[in-house]
Amino acid sequence: MMTNPTGKITQGQFSFLPELTDAEIRLQIDYGLGKSYAWSIEYTDDPHPRNTYWEMFGMPMFDLQDAAGVMMELASCRKTFPGHYIRLMAFDSTRNVESIVMSFIVNRPEHEPGFGLLRQEVGGRSMRYTVHGYASDKPEGSRY
Amino acid sequence: MNAPDYHIPGSAAVAPAADAGPDEMASARTVNEVLAQSQVESVLDELERDLVGLAPIKQRIRDIAALLVIDKLRINLGLAAEAPSLHMCFTGNPGTGKTTVALRMAEILHRLGYVRKGHLVAVTRDDLVGQYIGHTAPKTREVLKKAMGGVLFIDEAYYLYRPENERDYGQEAIEILLQVMENQRDDLVVILAGYKDRMDTFFKSNPGLSSRIAHHLDFPDYAVDELSQIAQRMLTQQHYHFGDGAEDVFRDYLERRIGQPHFANARSVRNALDRARLRQASRLFSERDRVLDKADLTTLVPADLLASRVFQNPSS
Repeated sequence: MMTNPTGKITQGQFSFLPELTDAEIRLQIDYGLGKSYAWSIEYTDDPHPRNTYWEMFGMPMFDLQDAAGVMMELASCRKTFPGHYIRLMAFDSTRNVESIVMSFIVNRPEHEPGFGLLRQEVGGRSMRYTVHGYASDKPEGSRY
Repeated sequence: MNAPDYHIPGSAAVAPAADAGPDEMASARTVNEVLAQSQVESVLDELERDLVGLAPIKQRIRDIAALLVIDKLRINLGLAAEAPSLHMCFTGNPGTGKTTVALRMAEILHRLGYVRKGHLVAVTRDDLVGQYIGHTAPKTREVLKKAMGGVLFIDEAYYLYRPENERDYGQEAIEILLQVMENQRDDLVVILAGYKDRMDTFFKSNPGLSSRIAHHLDFPDYAVDELSQIAQRMLTQQHYHFGDGAEDVFRDYLERRIGQPHFANARSVRNALDRARLRQASRLFSERDRVLDKADLTTLVPADLLASRVFQNPSS
């Protein structure tokens, strides 16, 4: 079994497509702003599927009208973390929704080794399985 | 890259949209043809109609609109047309309409197609400058992000720089502002406003800022005619009107008031009218049993104006 069939990590929206261009990212942001979502930027170098909470890059951006503001912040995040995973997330503050409604990766490292499947034998013939990112063997900050 | 066989929602819409502008106007060769396809004309008419006086300001907006039209024609012939720098500085005495014009400017620039969204974010020093080290930059950037696609209006901009305190964080806000004004000219128009003398001092200590602002507009003081025209409009908006002779009394009031200290042009007019409304109210209030019709409730009589302090000691 291959855990990384596309050669890149597939998380969030659009992850089976080729990388979005900046113009396409801008469109998605504008779409979200049109629905009055608040965009935020997060980054990580440990993209394990269970690692839900990535590091925030600045505050979530409320009350924006135009994608240029988010793109400016994204550019500065890419400059700071060129080899990290960066994702954009849209928060919908509608009553009773109040959660992230869009999320997609906008920056990823050159080379993504993916995950290995680990097997652990437990009592009798039982097996336990887990996934383990190859990159996470290295210490934080020097993974990619 | 090969043409993809998938479809990202929205991306297809972009290609035609980007072409639509030039296509639709590509054939235009005269100013009239471009005007027919844009809203420039109606913007200028509205401006002329809604704002009293302010001839130099209107002229500058007309120039900007003209440049837009000519740029369209240039693009049609394949000539380069770079977006002009539109950062502005409004200086002028109190009450000359700086804030009012800034509010309209956002809408005007949007309709002329210079800014994408056309909203106005009005801020003062408090919104840009933080309270401790490291607080200013994120705060300023947040405001700038909110203003992107529209107009950032910084009222009383001279407060940003406080020369008496060398550790003041205002300087940091100015630097970030400058950087964005320079690099993201397409995304944001910055309008600074303030009183003439204090803005001059401000620019003297920040020459970089002054040179990055293309339009320095000085708002002239209003003449008595213009002020009384403004008064008429204010009253009409609030459903009041001058009774017999009240308009002449008001002109007389203005002529006396202009000479006195702390005269704040249109703002003084508004205050004078507000006080006249108060006097009218107490005049009507004192006649408990009278039936008040619509005319009574909307008319300001000369007595309402003559009770003013200005008429009581004409010597001052």
